[in-house]
Amino acid sequence: MKKWQDNRGWLFILPVFLIVAFSAVVPLMTVVNYSIQDIFGPGQRVFVGTEWFREVLTDERLHEALWRQLLFSGLVLLIEMPLGIAIALMMPDKKGFGASICLVVLALPLLIPWNVIGTIWIIFTRPDIGLMGATINTLGLTFDHTANGLHAWITLMLMEVWHWTPLVALLAYAGLQSIPPAYYQAAKIDGASSWAVFRYIQLPKMRGVLTIALLLRFMDSFLIYAEPFVLTGGGPGNTTTFLSIYLVKIAVGQFDLGPAGAFSLIYFLIVLLFCYLFYQALQNVGKGEQA
Amino acid sequence: MKIRKRYFVLALYLAIAMLPIYWMLNMSLRTNADIMANFALIPTQITFGNYINIFTDPSWYSGYINSIIYVVLNTVICLVTALPAAYAFSRYSFIGDKHVFFWLLTNRMAPAAVFLLPFFQLYSTFNLIDTHIAVALAHCLFNLPLTVWILEGFISGVPIEIDEMAFIDGYKFPRFFFFVFVPLIRSGIGVAAFFCFMFSWVELLFARTLTTTAAKPIAATMTRTVSASGLDWGLLAAAGILTIVPGALVIWFVRNYLAKGFALGRV
Repeated sequence: MKKWQDNRGWLFILPVFLIVAFSAVVPLMTVVNYSIQDIFGPGQRVFVGTEWFREVLTDERLHEALWRQLLFSGLVLLIEMPLGIAIALMMPDKKGFGASICLVVLALPLLIPWNVIGTIWIIFTRPDIGLMGATINTLGLTFDHTANGLHAWITLMLMEVWHWTPLVALLAYAGLQSIPPAYYQAAKIDGASSWAVFRYIQLPKMRGVLTIALLLRFMDSFLIYAEPFVLTGGGPGNTTTFLSIYLVKIAVGQFDLGPAGAFSLIYFLIVLLFCYLFYQALQNVGKGEQA
Repeated sequence: MKIRKRYFVLALYLAIAMLPIYWMLNMSLRTNADIMANFALIPTQITFGNYINIFTDPSWYSGYINSIIYVVLNTVICLVTALPAAYAFSRYSFIGDKHVFFWLLTNRMAPAAVFLLPFFQLYSTFNLIDTHIAVALAHCLFNLPLTVWILEGFISGVPIEIDEMAFIDGYKFPRFFFFVFVPLIRSGIGVAAFFCFMFSWVELLFARTLTTTAAKPIAATMTRTVSASGLDWGLLAAAGILTIVPGALVIWFVRNYLAKGFALGRV
Protein backbone atom coordinates (compact mmCIF):
# COMPACT_ATOMS: atom_id res chain seq x y z
CA MET A 1 0.00 0.00 0.00
CA LYS A 2 1.27 3.46 -0.79
CA LYS A 3 1.80 5.82 2.09
CA TRP A 4 2.13 9.55 2.52
CA GLN A 5 5.68 10.61 3.28
CA ASP A 6 5.19 12.93 6.23
CA ASN A 7 7.13 13.26 9.48
CA ARG A 8 4.13 14.83 11.15
CA GLY A 9 3.07 11.21 11.70
CA TRP A 10 5.14 11.51 14.88
CA LEU A 11 2.54 13.88 16.32
CA PHE A 12 -0.06 11.14 16.05
CA ILE A 13 2.03 8.53 17.82
CA LEU A 14 3.35 10.92 20.45
CA PRO A 15 0.75 10.09 23.16
CA VAL A 16 1.32 6.35 22.78
CA PHE A 17 5.06 6.90 22.67
CA LEU A 18 5.04 8.96 25.87
CA ILE A 19 2.82 6.61 27.86
CA VAL A 20 4.78 3.51 26.89
CA ALA A 21 8.09 5.29 27.40
CA PHE A 22 6.97 6.39 30.88
CA SER A 23 5.96 2.84 31.82
CA ALA A 24 8.77 1.03 30.01
CA VAL A 25 11.92 3.07 29.73
CA VAL A 26 12.07 4.48 33.25
CA PRO A 27 11.61 1.08 34.96
CA LEU A 28 13.99 -0.53 32.47
CA MET A 29 16.71 2.00 33.24
CA THR A 30 16.07 1.48 36.96
CA VAL A 31 16.66 -2.22 36.47
CA VAL A 32 19.86 -1.45 34.55
CA ASN A 33 20.87 0.68 37.54
CA TYR A 34 20.28 -2.18 39.94
CA SER A 35 22.23 -4.57 37.79
CA ILE A 36 25.51 -2.67 37.98
CA GLN A 37 25.37 -1.36 41.53
CA ASP A 38 25.34 -2.78 45.03
CA ILE A 39 22.59 -1.02 46.93
CA PHE A 40 22.74 -0.91 50.74
CA GLY A 41 20.08 1.71 51.30
CA PRO A 42 18.96 5.16 50.15
CA GLY A 43 22.02 7.06 48.90
CA GLN A 44 24.38 4.22 49.72
CA ARG A 45 25.35 2.48 46.55
CA VAL A 46 28.56 1.19 45.04
CA PHE A 47 29.30 0.65 41.39
CA VAL A 48 30.16 -3.02 40.87
CA GLY A 49 30.32 -3.29 37.10
CA THR A 50 29.56 -6.73 35.72
CA GLU A 51 29.84 -8.59 39.01
CA TRP A 52 26.12 -9.35 39.25
CA PHE A 53 26.02 -10.56 35.69
CA ARG A 54 28.89 -12.95 36.38
CA GLU A 55 27.24 -14.14 39.57
CA VAL A 56 23.93 -14.75 37.81
CA LEU A 57 25.48 -16.51 34.82
CA THR A 58 27.23 -19.02 37.07
CA ASP A 59 24.22 -19.65 39.30
CA GLU A 60 23.49 -23.38 39.12
CA ARG A 61 19.89 -23.03 40.22
CA LEU A 62 19.29 -20.46 37.53
CA HIS A 63 20.60 -22.84 34.90
CA GLU A 64 18.22 -25.49 36.16
CA ALA A 65 15.33 -23.03 36.07
CA LEU A 66 16.28 -22.02 32.53
CA TRP A 67 16.28 -25.62 31.25
CA ARG A 68 13.02 -26.25 33.06
CA GLN A 69 11.58 -23.15 31.44
CA LEU A 70 12.76 -24.15 27.97
CA LEU A 71 11.30 -27.63 28.40
CA PHE A 72 8.03 -26.15 29.59
CA SER A 73 7.73 -23.65 26.73
CA GLY A 74 8.77 -26.31 24.19
CA LEU A 75 6.13 -28.73 25.43
CA VAL A 76 3.53 -25.97 25.50
CA LEU A 77 4.20 -25.05 21.87
CA LEU A 78 4.35 -28.70 20.74
CA ILE A 79 0.98 -29.48 22.29
CA GLU A 80 -0.93 -26.24 21.88
CA MET A 81 -0.14 -25.36 18.26
CA PRO A 82 -1.36 -28.65 16.66
CA LEU A 83 -4.27 -28.95 19.08
CA GLY A 84 -5.36 -25.36 18.43
CA ILE A 85 -5.21 -25.85 14.66
CA ALA A 86 -7.19 -29.10 14.98
CA ILE A 87 -9.91 -27.37 17.02
CA ALA A 88 -10.07 -24.50 14.50
CA LEU A 89 -10.54 -27.03 11.68
CA MET A 90 -13.42 -28.63 13.57
CA MET A 91 -15.26 -25.34 14.21
CA PRO A 92 -18.47 -24.74 12.21
CA ASP A 93 -17.70 -22.78 9.01
CA LYS A 94 -20.94 -20.89 8.74
CA LYS A 95 -21.90 -18.03 11.00
CA GLY A 96 -24.83 -18.84 13.19
CA PHE A 97 -25.93 -19.62 16.70
CA GLY A 98 -23.84 -22.79 16.86
CA ALA A 99 -20.66 -21.01 15.85
CA SER A 100 -21.34 -18.18 18.33
CA ILE A 101 -21.82 -20.59 21.22
CA CYS A 102 -18.66 -22.50 20.25
CA LEU A 103 -16.64 -19.25 20.10
CA VAL A 104 -17.85 -18.00 23.47
CA VAL A 105 -17.38 -21.33 25.25
CA LEU A 106 -14.00 -21.78 23.61
CA ALA A 107 -12.75 -18.34 24.64
CA LEU A 108 -14.05 -18.48 28.20
CA PRO A 109 -10.79 -19.74 29.83
CA LEU A 110 -8.95 -16.76 28.32
CA LEU A 111 -11.06 -14.30 30.30
CA ILE A 112 -10.43 -15.67 33.77
CA PRO A 113 -7.92 -13.76 35.94
CA TRP A 114 -4.67 -15.70 36.04
CA ASN A 115 -4.64 -16.44 39.74
CA VAL A 116 -8.26 -17.57 39.57
CA ILE A 117 -7.07 -20.07 36.93
CA GLY A 118 -4.72 -21.44 39.56
CA THR A 119 -7.55 -21.52 42.11
CA ILE A 120 -9.83 -23.39 39.71
CA TRP A 121 -7.19 -26.04 39.19
CA ILE A 122 -6.42 -26.35 42.88
CA ILE A 123 -10.09 -27.04 43.49
CA PHE A 124 -10.31 -29.34 40.46
CA THR A 125 -7.27 -31.49 41.24
CA ARG A 126 -7.41 -31.79 45.02
CA PRO A 127 -7.54 -35.47 45.97
CA ASP A 128 -10.27 -34.95 48.57
CA ILE A 129 -12.72 -32.48 47.00
CA GLY A 130 -11.58 -32.11 43.38
CA LEU A 131 -13.32 -33.84 40.51
CA MET A 132 -10.12 -34.79 38.71
CA GLY A 133 -8.06 -35.65 41.78
CA ALA A 134 -10.80 -37.73 43.36
CA THR A 135 -11.60 -39.54 40.10
CA ILE A 136 -7.99 -40.53 39.54
CA ASN A 137 -7.64 -41.72 43.12
CA THR A 138 -10.85 -43.75 42.80
CA LEU A 139 -9.30 -45.47 39.79
CA GLY A 140 -6.64 -46.76 42.14
CA LEU A 141 -3.82 -44.44 41.09
CA THR A 142 -2.30 -42.06 43.56
CA PHE A 143 -2.26 -38.49 42.34
CA ASP A 144 -1.00 -35.57 44.38
CA HIS A 145 0.52 -32.56 42.68
CA THR A 146 1.75 -31.13 45.97
CA ALA A 147 4.03 -34.09 46.71
CA ASN A 148 5.06 -35.58 43.37
CA GLY A 149 7.08 -33.49 40.92
CA LEU A 150 5.87 -35.38 37.85
CA HIS A 151 2.25 -34.97 38.91
CA ALA A 152 2.84 -31.27 39.45
CA TRP A 153 4.20 -31.02 35.91
CA ILE A 154 1.25 -32.95 34.45
CA THR A 155 -1.19 -30.71 36.31
CA LEU A 156 0.60 -27.55 35.17
CA MET A 157 0.71 -28.72 31.55
CA LEU A 158 -2.99 -29.63 31.65
CA MET A 159 -3.80 -26.23 33.10
CA GLU A 160 -1.63 -24.42 30.57
CA VAL A 161 -3.11 -26.33 27.62
CA TRP A 162 -6.63 -25.80 28.92
CA HIS A 163 -5.99 -22.10 29.47
CA TRP A 164 -4.19 -21.09 26.27
CA THR A 165 -5.07 -23.53 23.49
CA PRO A 166 -8.24 -21.46 22.86
CA LEU A 167 -6.03 -18.51 21.86
CA VAL A 168 -4.27 -20.58 19.20
CA ALA A 169 -7.61 -22.02 18.10
CA LEU A 170 -9.21 -18.57 17.80
CA LEU A 171 -6.27 -17.21 15.79
CA ALA A 172 -6.22 -20.24 13.48
CA TYR A 173 -10.00 -20.03 13.09
CA ALA A 174 -9.69 -16.37 12.09
CA GLY A 175 -7.08 -17.34 9.50
CA LEU A 176 -9.33 -20.06 8.09
CA GLN A 177 -12.28 -17.67 7.87
CA SER A 178 -10.29 -15.31 5.67
CA ILE A 179 -9.70 -17.92 2.91
CA PRO A 180 -11.92 -17.11 -0.09
CA PRO A 181 -14.33 -19.98 -1.02
CA ALA A 182 -12.89 -19.97 -4.57
CA TYR A 183 -9.77 -21.72 -3.26
CA TYR A 184 -11.81 -24.65 -1.96
CA GLN A 185 -13.82 -24.86 -5.21
CA ALA A 186 -10.63 -25.02 -7.25
CA ALA A 187 -9.25 -27.74 -4.98
CA LYS A 188 -12.48 -29.71 -5.36
CA ILE A 189 -12.28 -29.53 -9.17
CA ASP A 190 -8.69 -30.79 -9.01
CA GLY A 191 -9.83 -33.63 -6.78
CA ALA A 192 -7.47 -32.67 -3.96
CA SER A 193 -7.49 -34.80 -0.81
CA SER A 194 -8.39 -33.12 2.45
CA TRP A 195 -4.72 -33.45 3.50
CA ALA A 196 -3.64 -31.64 0.32
CA VAL A 197 -6.21 -28.90 1.00
CA PHE A 198 -4.82 -28.50 4.49
CA ARG A 199 -1.16 -28.60 3.41
CA TYR A 200 -1.32 -26.38 0.33
CA ILE A 201 -4.24 -24.03 1.03
CA GLN A 202 -5.14 -23.79 4.69
CA LEU A 203 -1.70 -23.98 6.29
CA PRO A 204 -0.02 -21.35 4.05
CA LYS A 205 -3.02 -19.05 4.47
CA MET A 206 -2.80 -19.38 8.24
CA ARG A 207 0.90 -18.51 8.32
CA GLY A 208 0.34 -14.91 9.44
CA VAL A 209 -1.99 -15.67 12.33
CA LEU A 210 0.04 -18.71 13.35
CA THR A 211 3.13 -16.51 13.57
CA ILE A 212 1.28 -14.25 16.01
CA ALA A 213 0.03 -17.30 17.92
CA LEU A 214 3.51 -18.79 18.16
CA LEU A 215 5.08 -15.52 19.30
CA LEU A 216 2.37 -14.79 21.88
CA ARG A 217 2.39 -18.34 23.21
CA PHE A 218 6.16 -18.41 23.44
CA MET A 219 6.39 -15.06 25.23
CA ASP A 220 3.61 -15.76 27.69
CA SER A 221 4.63 -19.33 28.49
CA PHE A 222 8.25 -18.26 28.93
CA LEU A 223 7.18 -15.50 31.31
CA ILE A 224 4.58 -17.58 33.14
CA TYR A 225 4.25 -16.64 36.80
CA ALA A 226 0.84 -16.36 38.43
CA GLU A 227 -0.59 -19.78 37.58
CA PRO A 228 2.26 -22.00 38.82
CA PHE A 229 2.74 -19.64 41.76
CA VAL A 230 -0.82 -20.22 42.90
CA LEU A 231 -1.00 -23.91 41.98
CA THR A 232 2.37 -25.26 43.11
CA GLY A 233 4.34 -22.30 44.47
CA GLY A 234 7.36 -23.64 42.59
CA GLY A 235 7.31 -26.94 44.42
CA PRO A 236 7.39 -29.70 45.36
CA GLY A 237 11.06 -29.02 45.96
CA ASN A 238 12.18 -26.97 43.02
CA THR A 239 10.52 -29.09 40.33
CA THR A 240 8.26 -26.32 39.04
CA THR A 241 10.43 -23.30 39.87
CA PHE A 242 10.38 -21.52 36.53
CA LEU A 243 12.48 -18.49 35.70
CA SER A 244 9.90 -15.93 36.87
CA ILE A 245 9.29 -17.71 40.14
CA TYR A 246 13.00 -17.96 40.85
CA LEU A 247 13.41 -14.33 39.89
CA VAL A 248 10.72 -13.17 42.30
CA LYS A 249 12.33 -15.29 45.02
CA ILE A 250 15.59 -13.38 44.51
CA ALA A 251 14.06 -9.94 44.04
CA VAL A 252 11.32 -9.96 46.68
CA GLY A 253 12.18 -12.90 48.92
CA GLN A 254 15.89 -12.18 49.40
CA PHE A 255 15.75 -8.55 48.23
CA ASP A 256 18.93 -9.00 46.18
CA LEU A 257 18.24 -6.21 43.74
CA GLY A 258 21.58 -6.40 41.94
CA PRO A 259 21.45 -10.03 40.85
CA ALA A 260 17.70 -9.73 40.24
CA GLY A 261 18.29 -6.75 37.91
CA ALA A 262 21.06 -8.52 36.02
CA PHE A 263 18.93 -11.66 35.85
CA SER A 264 15.91 -9.85 34.44
CA LEU A 265 17.95 -8.12 31.74
CA ILE A 266 19.34 -11.48 30.61
CA TYR A 267 15.83 -12.95 30.80
CA PHE A 268 14.46 -10.13 28.65
CA LEU A 269 17.23 -10.62 26.08
CA ILE A 270 16.54 -14.37 25.86
CA VAL A 271 12.85 -13.74 25.13
CA LEU A 272 13.74 -11.05 22.60
CA LEU A 273 16.26 -13.32 20.86
CA PHE A 274 13.85 -16.24 20.58
CA CYS A 275 11.03 -14.04 19.30
CA TYR A 276 13.34 -12.54 16.69
CA LEU A 277 14.50 -15.99 15.55
CA PHE A 278 10.95 -17.35 15.32
CA TYR A 279 9.84 -14.27 13.45
CA GLN A 280 12.70 -14.46 10.92
CA ALA A 281 12.27 -18.22 10.44
CA LEU A 282 8.56 -17.89 9.76
CA GLN A 283 9.11 -15.01 7.34
CA ASN A 284 11.58 -17.18 5.40
CA VAL A 285 9.13 -20.10 5.29
CA GLY A 286 6.62 -17.64 3.83
CA LYS A 287 9.05 -16.63 1.10
CA GLY A 288 9.57 -20.29 0.20
CA GLU A 289 5.82 -20.76 -0.16
CA GLN A 290 5.42 -17.85 -2.51
CA ALA A 291 8.36 -18.73 -4.75
CA MET B 1 -21.23 -38.69 8.57
CA LYS B 2 -17.82 -37.08 8.47
CA ILE B 3 -19.29 -33.78 9.62
CA ARG B 4 -21.11 -35.41 12.52
CA LYS B 5 -17.89 -36.98 13.77
CA ARG B 6 -16.10 -33.66 13.55
CA TYR B 7 -18.73 -31.88 15.65
CA PHE B 8 -18.77 -34.75 18.11
CA VAL B 9 -15.05 -34.36 18.77
CA LEU B 10 -15.41 -30.59 19.06
CA ALA B 11 -18.31 -30.93 21.49
CA LEU B 12 -16.29 -33.43 23.51
CA TYR B 13 -13.35 -31.02 23.75
CA LEU B 14 -15.58 -28.13 24.80
CA ALA B 15 -17.33 -30.30 27.38
CA ILE B 16 -14.03 -31.38 28.91
CA ALA B 17 -12.80 -27.78 28.85
CA MET B 18 -15.88 -26.73 30.79
CA LEU B 19 -15.37 -29.34 33.54
CA PRO B 20 -13.00 -27.28 35.75
CA ILE B 21 -15.31 -24.27 35.50
CA TYR B 22 -18.35 -26.44 36.20
CA TRP B 23 -16.64 -27.86 39.25
CA MET B 24 -16.01 -24.40 40.63
CA LEU B 25 -19.65 -23.47 39.98
CA ASN B 26 -20.66 -26.64 41.78
CA MET B 27 -18.54 -25.69 44.83
CA SER B 28 -19.79 -22.14 44.83
CA LEU B 29 -23.36 -23.32 45.39
CA ARG B 30 -22.56 -25.38 48.48
CA THR B 31 -21.57 -24.62 52.04
CA ASN B 32 -18.04 -25.37 53.13
CA ALA B 33 -19.20 -28.12 55.50
CA ASP B 34 -21.09 -29.79 52.65
CA ILE B 35 -18.05 -29.59 50.35
CA MET B 36 -15.77 -31.25 52.86
CA ALA B 37 -18.30 -33.93 53.90
CA ASN B 38 -19.87 -35.03 50.61
CA PHE B 39 -18.52 -35.63 47.13
CA ALA B 40 -21.37 -34.75 44.80
CA LEU B 41 -21.29 -34.41 41.02
CA ILE B 42 -24.50 -32.42 41.17
CA PRO B 43 -25.07 -30.32 44.27
CA THR B 44 -28.09 -31.50 46.23
CA GLN B 45 -28.44 -28.75 48.83
CA ILE B 46 -28.04 -25.67 46.71
CA THR B 47 -27.35 -22.49 48.64
CA PHE B 48 -26.63 -18.98 47.45
CA GLY B 49 -25.12 -18.09 50.81
CA ASN B 50 -21.61 -17.64 49.36
CA TYR B 51 -22.84 -15.16 46.78
CA ILE B 52 -24.95 -13.27 49.33
CA ASN B 53 -21.86 -13.10 51.51
CA ILE B 54 -19.87 -11.47 48.73
CA PHE B 55 -22.53 -8.99 47.72
CA THR B 56 -23.15 -7.79 51.28
CA ASP B 57 -19.51 -7.45 52.37
CA PRO B 58 -17.89 -4.23 51.13
CA SER B 59 -14.38 -5.66 51.42
CA TRP B 60 -15.46 -8.22 48.82
CA TYR B 61 -17.60 -6.30 46.38
CA SER B 62 -15.42 -3.18 46.39
CA GLY B 63 -12.77 -5.40 44.78
CA TYR B 64 -15.05 -5.93 41.80
CA ILE B 65 -15.81 -2.23 41.54
CA ASN B 66 -12.09 -1.36 41.68
CA SER B 67 -11.26 -3.90 39.00
CA ILE B 68 -13.99 -2.64 36.70
CA ILE B 69 -12.96 1.00 37.20
CA TYR B 70 -9.32 0.50 36.24
CA VAL B 71 -10.15 -1.88 33.40
CA VAL B 72 -12.53 0.65 31.88
CA LEU B 73 -10.02 3.48 32.42
CA ASN B 74 -7.32 1.41 30.75
CA THR B 75 -9.55 0.58 27.78
CA VAL B 76 -10.44 4.25 27.29
CA ILE B 77 -6.83 5.45 27.53
CA CYS B 78 -5.67 2.75 25.11
CA LEU B 79 -8.35 3.47 22.51
CA VAL B 80 -8.03 7.26 22.64
CA THR B 81 -4.26 7.29 22.26
CA ALA B 82 -3.91 4.25 20.00
CA LEU B 83 -6.42 5.41 17.37
CA PRO B 84 -4.32 8.32 16.04
CA ALA B 85 -1.13 6.29 16.42
CA ALA B 86 -2.54 3.38 14.45
CA TYR B 87 -3.74 5.82 11.82
CA ALA B 88 -0.25 7.28 11.53
CA PHE B 89 1.42 3.87 11.29
CA SER B 90 -1.02 2.85 8.58
CA ARG B 91 -1.12 6.04 6.49
CA TYR B 92 2.18 7.86 6.88
CA SER B 93 5.74 6.79 6.43
CA PHE B 94 7.98 8.80 8.71
CA ILE B 95 11.44 8.56 10.22
CA GLY B 96 11.75 5.53 12.45
CA ASP B 97 8.19 4.28 11.99
CA LYS B 98 9.08 0.59 11.67
CA HIS B 99 11.50 0.72 14.60
CA VAL B 100 8.97 2.35 16.88
CA PHE B 101 6.35 -0.21 15.86
CA PHE B 102 8.64 -3.10 16.76
CA TRP B 103 9.84 -1.39 19.92
CA LEU B 104 6.23 -1.10 21.07
CA LEU B 105 5.84 -4.86 20.69
CA THR B 106 9.01 -5.69 22.61
CA ASN B 107 7.38 -4.25 25.71
CA ARG B 108 5.29 -7.38 25.92
CA MET B 109 8.47 -9.45 26.26
CA ALA B 110 9.88 -8.05 29.50
CA PRO B 111 9.46 -10.23 32.59
CA ALA B 112 6.84 -8.28 34.54
CA ALA B 113 7.95 -9.80 37.82
CA VAL B 114 11.15 -7.75 37.90
CA PHE B 115 9.68 -4.47 36.89
CA LEU B 116 7.47 -4.51 39.95
CA LEU B 117 9.88 -2.72 42.24
CA PRO B 118 10.89 -0.01 39.75
CA PHE B 119 7.21 0.43 38.97
CA PHE B 120 6.40 0.84 42.61
CA GLN B 121 9.17 3.42 43.06
CA LEU B 122 8.20 5.31 39.90
CA TYR B 123 4.52 5.52 40.79
CA SER B 124 5.32 6.46 44.40
CA THR B 125 7.38 9.37 43.09
CA PHE B 126 4.31 10.63 41.27
CA ASN B 127 2.05 9.89 44.27
CA LEU B 128 -0.01 7.49 42.21
CA ILE B 129 0.12 4.44 44.47
CA ASP B 130 -3.28 2.96 45.32
CA THR B 131 -5.15 4.87 42.63
CA HIS B 132 -7.11 3.38 39.77
CA ILE B 133 -5.25 5.48 37.24
CA ALA B 134 -1.92 3.92 38.31
CA VAL B 135 -3.07 0.41 37.45
CA ALA B 136 -4.68 1.65 34.24
CA LEU B 137 -1.43 3.32 33.19
CA ALA B 138 0.67 0.30 34.12
CA HIS B 139 -1.55 -1.97 32.05
CA CYS B 140 -1.02 0.33 29.08
CA LEU B 141 2.48 -1.14 28.92
CA PHE B 142 1.21 -4.33 27.34
CA ASN B 143 -2.24 -3.24 26.14
CA LEU B 144 -1.23 -0.17 24.10
CA PRO B 145 1.11 -2.05 21.73
CA LEU B 146 -1.57 -4.66 21.16
CA THR B 147 -4.26 -2.05 20.54
CA VAL B 148 -2.06 -0.20 18.06
CA TRP B 149 -1.29 -3.51 16.36
CA ILE B 150 -4.96 -4.54 16.00
CA LEU B 151 -6.23 -1.10 14.96
CA GLU B 152 -3.43 -0.72 12.42
CA GLY B 153 -4.65 -3.91 10.75
CA PHE B 154 -8.22 -2.64 10.57
CA ILE B 155 -7.21 0.80 9.32
CA SER B 156 -5.03 -0.68 6.60
CA GLY B 157 -8.14 -2.56 5.46
CA VAL B 158 -9.73 0.81 4.55
CA PRO B 159 -8.41 2.09 1.18
CA ILE B 160 -6.32 5.25 1.45
CA GLU B 161 -8.37 6.70 -1.44
CA ILE B 162 -11.25 7.25 1.00
CA ASP B 163 -9.09 9.69 2.96
CA GLU B 164 -7.88 11.44 -0.18
CA MET B 165 -11.41 11.76 -1.51
CA ALA B 166 -12.61 13.27 1.76
CA PHE B 167 -9.81 15.86 1.78
CA ILE B 168 -10.61 16.79 -1.85
CA ASP B 169 -14.23 17.21 -0.78
CA GLY B 170 -12.98 19.81 1.68
CA TYR B 171 -13.09 17.91 4.95
CA LYS B 172 -10.74 19.22 7.60
CA PHE B 173 -8.79 16.46 9.32
CA PRO B 174 -10.52 16.36 12.74
CA ARG B 175 -13.99 16.35 11.17
CA PHE B 176 -12.97 13.64 8.72
CA PHE B 177 -11.34 11.54 11.41
CA PHE B 178 -14.16 11.59 13.94
CA PHE B 179 -17.20 11.62 11.69
CA VAL B 180 -16.08 9.61 8.66
CA PHE B 181 -13.14 7.46 9.62
CA VAL B 182 -13.95 6.29 13.15
CA PRO B 183 -17.40 4.96 12.14
CA LEU B 184 -15.72 3.06 9.29
CA ILE B 185 -13.53 1.04 11.64
CA ARG B 186 -15.97 0.64 14.54
CA SER B 187 -15.77 -3.16 14.49
CA GLY B 188 -11.99 -2.85 14.86
CA ILE B 189 -12.48 -0.56 17.83
CA GLY B 190 -14.80 -3.15 19.35
CA VAL B 191 -12.23 -5.90 18.96
CA ALA B 192 -9.42 -3.73 20.34
CA ALA B 193 -11.59 -2.79 23.31
CA PHE B 194 -12.26 -6.46 23.94
CA PHE B 195 -8.55 -7.27 24.06
CA CYS B 196 -7.78 -4.34 26.35
CA PHE B 197 -10.55 -5.43 28.65
CA MET B 198 -9.40 -9.03 28.61
CA PHE B 199 -5.70 -8.50 29.32
CA SER B 200 -6.34 -5.81 31.91
CA TRP B 201 -8.97 -7.94 33.65
CA VAL B 202 -6.80 -11.05 33.94
CA GLU B 203 -3.57 -9.30 34.98
CA LEU B 204 -2.74 -9.50 38.65
CA LEU B 205 0.93 -8.71 39.35
CA PHE B 206 0.88 -4.99 38.51
CA ALA B 207 -2.61 -4.52 39.88
CA ARG B 208 -1.64 -6.07 43.20
CA THR B 209 1.67 -4.25 43.52
CA LEU B 210 0.36 -0.78 42.78
CA THR B 211 -2.61 -0.92 45.13
CA THR B 212 -3.06 -1.35 48.85
CA THR B 213 -6.67 -0.81 49.85
CA ALA B 214 -8.51 1.93 47.97
CA ALA B 215 -8.03 0.45 44.52
CA LYS B 216 -7.43 -3.20 45.36
CA PRO B 217 -8.55 -5.52 42.56
CA ILE B 218 -10.84 -8.47 43.18
CA ALA B 219 -8.20 -11.01 42.22
CA ALA B 220 -5.94 -9.71 44.99
CA THR B 221 -8.81 -9.62 47.48
CA MET B 222 -9.27 -13.31 46.79
CA THR B 223 -5.71 -14.30 47.61
CA ARG B 224 -5.74 -12.35 50.87
CA THR B 225 -9.07 -13.59 52.19
CA VAL B 226 -8.20 -17.17 51.39
CA SER B 227 -5.17 -17.21 53.58
CA ALA B 228 -6.92 -15.39 56.44
CA SER B 229 -10.14 -17.38 56.69
CA GLY B 230 -8.55 -20.83 56.57
CA LEU B 231 -9.77 -21.74 53.08
CA ASP B 232 -13.50 -21.39 52.74
CA TRP B 233 -13.75 -23.29 49.45
CA GLY B 234 -17.36 -22.34 48.78
CA LEU B 235 -16.71 -18.62 49.20
CA LEU B 236 -13.52 -18.81 47.15
CA ALA B 237 -15.32 -20.62 44.34
CA ALA B 238 -18.17 -18.11 44.34
CA ALA B 239 -15.72 -15.21 44.09
CA GLY B 240 -13.95 -17.00 41.24
CA ILE B 241 -17.20 -17.58 39.36
CA LEU B 242 -18.03 -13.88 39.69
CA THR B 243 -14.70 -12.93 38.09
CA ILE B 244 -15.68 -14.93 34.99
CA VAL B 245 -19.02 -13.15 34.49
CA PRO B 246 -17.83 -9.76 33.09
CA GLY B 247 -15.54 -11.47 30.59
CA ALA B 248 -18.28 -13.80 29.42
CA LEU B 249 -20.62 -10.81 28.89
CA VAL B 250 -18.04 -8.86 26.90
CA ILE B 251 -17.13 -11.79 24.70
CA TRP B 252 -20.78 -12.39 23.85
CA PHE B 253 -21.05 -8.84 22.49
CA VAL B 254 -17.99 -9.01 20.24
CA ARG B 255 -18.29 -12.67 19.19
CA ASN B 256 -19.01 -11.88 15.53
CA TYR B 257 -16.01 -9.58 15.13
CA LEU B 258 -13.60 -11.71 17.12
CA ALA B 259 -12.41 -13.91 14.25
CA LYS B 260 -12.08 -10.88 11.99
CA GLY B 261 -10.02 -8.93 14.49
CA PHE B 262 -7.42 -11.65 14.81
CA ALA B 263 -7.08 -12.16 11.06
CA LEU B 264 -6.41 -8.50 10.34
CA GLY B 265 -3.54 -8.07 12.76
CA ARG B 266 -0.40 -7.66 10.72
CA VAL B 267 2.88 -9.43 11.33
